[in-house]
Amino acid sequence: MSFLKIENVTKSFGPVEVLHKVDITVEEGEFLVLVGPSGCGKSTLLNMIAGLEEISSGEIYIKDQPMGGVHPSNRNIAMVFQSYALYPNMTVAQNITFGLEMHKVPKPEREAALDKVSKILQIEQLHDRKPGQLSGGQRQRVAMGRALVRNPDVFLFDEPLSNLDAKLRVDMRTEIKKLHQNLAATIVYVTHDQIEALTLSTRIAVMNNGYVQQLGTPKEIYDTPANIFVASFIGSPSMNLIPASVRMEDGDCFAETTNSTGDVISLKFPNPGEALRAYNGKSIILGIRPEAITDPEGADRHSKNIQTVKNTAGVIEPAGSDTFVANTLGGAECVARMRADAEVHFGEIFDFAINMDKAVPFDPENENRII
Amino acid sequence: MAVASVETSIRTGSMTRVFLYLVLILFSLFYLLPFVVMVLNSLKPLSEITGGNMMALPEVWTVEPWISAWATAQIGIEPTGLSPYFWNSIKMVVPAVAISTMLGALNGYVLTKWRFRGDTIFFGLMLFACFIPFQIVLIPMARVLGLTGLAGSTPGLVLVHVVYGLGFTTLYFRNYYMAFPTELVRAAQIDGAGFFNIFWRILLPSSGPIIVVSVIWQFTNIWNDFLFGASFADLDSQPMTVALNNLVSSSTGVKEYNVHFAGAIIAALPTLVVYIVAGRYFVRGLMAGSVKG
Ligand SMILES: Nc1ncnc2c1ncn2[C@@H]1O[C@H](COP(=O)(O)OP(=O)(O)OP(=O)(O)O)[C@@H](O)[C@H]1O
Ligand SMILES: [Mg+2]
Repeated sequence: MSFLKIENVTKSFGPVEVLHKVDITVEEGEFLVLVGPSGCGKSTLLNMIAGLEEISSGEIYIKDQPMGGVHPSNRNIAMVFQSYALYPNMTVAQNITFGLEMHKVPKPEREAALDKVSKILQIEQLHDRKPGQLSGGQRQRVAMGRALVRNPDVFLFDEPLSNLDAKLRVDMRTEIKKLHQNLAATIVYVTHDQIEALTLSTRIAVMNNGYVQQLGTPKEIYDTPANIFVASFIGSPSMNLIPASVRMEDGDCFAETTNSTGDVISLKFPNPGEALRAYNGKSIILGIRPEAITDPEGADRHSKNIQTVKNTAGVIEPAGSDTFVANTLGGAECVARMRADAEVHFGEIFDFAINMDKAVPFDPENENRII
Repeated sequence: MAVASVETSIRTGSMTRVFLYLVLILFSLFYLLPFVVMVLNSLKPLSEITGGNMMALPEVWTVEPWISAWATAQIGIEPTGLSPYFWNSIKMVVPAVAISTMLGALNGYVLTKWRFRGDTIFFGLMLFACFIPFQIVLIPMARVLGLTGLAGSTPGLVLVHVVYGLGFTTLYFRNYYMAFPTELVRAAQIDGAGFFNIFWRILLPSSGPIIVVSVIWQFTNIWNDFLFGASFADLDSQPMTVALNNLVSSSTGVKEYNVHFAGAIIAALPTLVVYIVAGRYFVRGLMAGSVKG
């Protein structure tokens, strides 16, 4: 039994189809993040789960109940909106308990519920204020309180942190994660921030142009992206995409590319699959994360497939904990992520250690990962 | 919240300032003069007006004309003063303003938050009502009032003014609610509020400024209306404007200009009061804090 099931769901606005046959199932207690660039249909999908948008075709089930025709208030869901959507004329306490009032919960129970969530969110002292008298972070908490108080089956969050400043966003992110762990709540969370997606989720659905590009755990998405879109969307700085070609020699499989001086570089794949071998002589796109290109001392000691190549160090950007070093491979701009105290200087020929365990080959035509 | 306005006025030199104030004072005098003349003359005995200078201060101050205009002056054939007609007007204006504002708010709510097929065309047609001159609706309206049995009664006048005002109030509320965050409505839907609960509990409490606009507009229009009052009211339901006309144009005896002045001021007073009282509530920022930081 799945807790929330989105089955073959399509959405059209007039003649324009904005979501194409989406299939996602969410188990109880899961934290699913929908991530993707602006306009890819995340909010639309969330609104359909909430019942705020009609489904063009397909069906959504919550606890195995089909939700077609069920009013939003009867789906036992709660939603936190990007703008918080606090009722401006009501106090914080009224905002939080409005839903209970509408569901005819008696006053003493409402007050008890209010006290309970206020304690969790530490907003007890704000009860009598109006939303206009709150800071952004406080409004955010109240919006969460309004969702929590309903004790819903599924929480829906639509970019709840995007209006906060960077510091507060990180704090609230931790709090949401804590909340999820404490309540074991089932959450569907929309964001276009891939870091939020990686840190919060138990599973991620990466979306683009109304298609789910990949659905998997953060580690799956990060380490084995299904296609070039996912590879470049998730991760910051994004994955290096290096034009290369496949060469087979004595049963070993190499990716061949060039460094900045035009010398050929051969990188050996550790466990090439059948599919990859079939690309012998053909070109591929080699995806390597910045942290898999380092200085030799900083390379992962446990990896047996570190290969050192000579290349020119480009612009050097120290970023506190790391140092980012630009370089070119196969004519493409790449970024290497090195230790903060790596001894590297602009313009010098430097030994770059590439961890081929982490390399992901893509087909340049259909942009899918070669498995 | 947005930072409060920093410094919006243009800095001006003191000479410019003096000039500015001079011009402003001149214009206010120009606009206030007729009113001052009315007030002064309403406080004089008639002999001072007929025998002297309209612009002069009263030699003898008296409130007789006011009492006469209110309670005893000849209106048409009855010596009742304006007071019964004043109450007629109130009985007509209050329900007409309330109903047309309420319905306009409901229309605006439906047209923006419960969109339906053809709603823009529907709204366009409602807007059309704003451009129809009074005179055109006279005959159809007379027929409707006749059929409904409301002709010559205060409820009939209320109906006329509600129907005629609906185009305007709908326009005001629709435009206001266009900017009202739909997310609030959605949040309320998820919270389990129905159509009317959302309207009463969420939209209406945030509609202060536009309600004031609608009330001021409707009140002044309906209070000052003469044509509908003259056409559709009978003796028991005639509004103030019609009575004032009867007072001023009654042909018997001498023309009591001082009484006429007093009557005209009494007739204009309620709209003045509405502007002064309601204008104060014309505050912005009722939406503060609902959406975004
Ligand atoms: N009412 C509507 N009528 C027509 N098209 C719409 C409507 N609402 C959304 N769309 C379209 O559907 C697509 C998906 O919109 P949606 O709001 O789901 O994007 P999103 O992924 O949430 O983007 P963002 O990150 O900017 O919030 C967009 O291309 C948008 O233009
Ligand atoms: Mg969105």
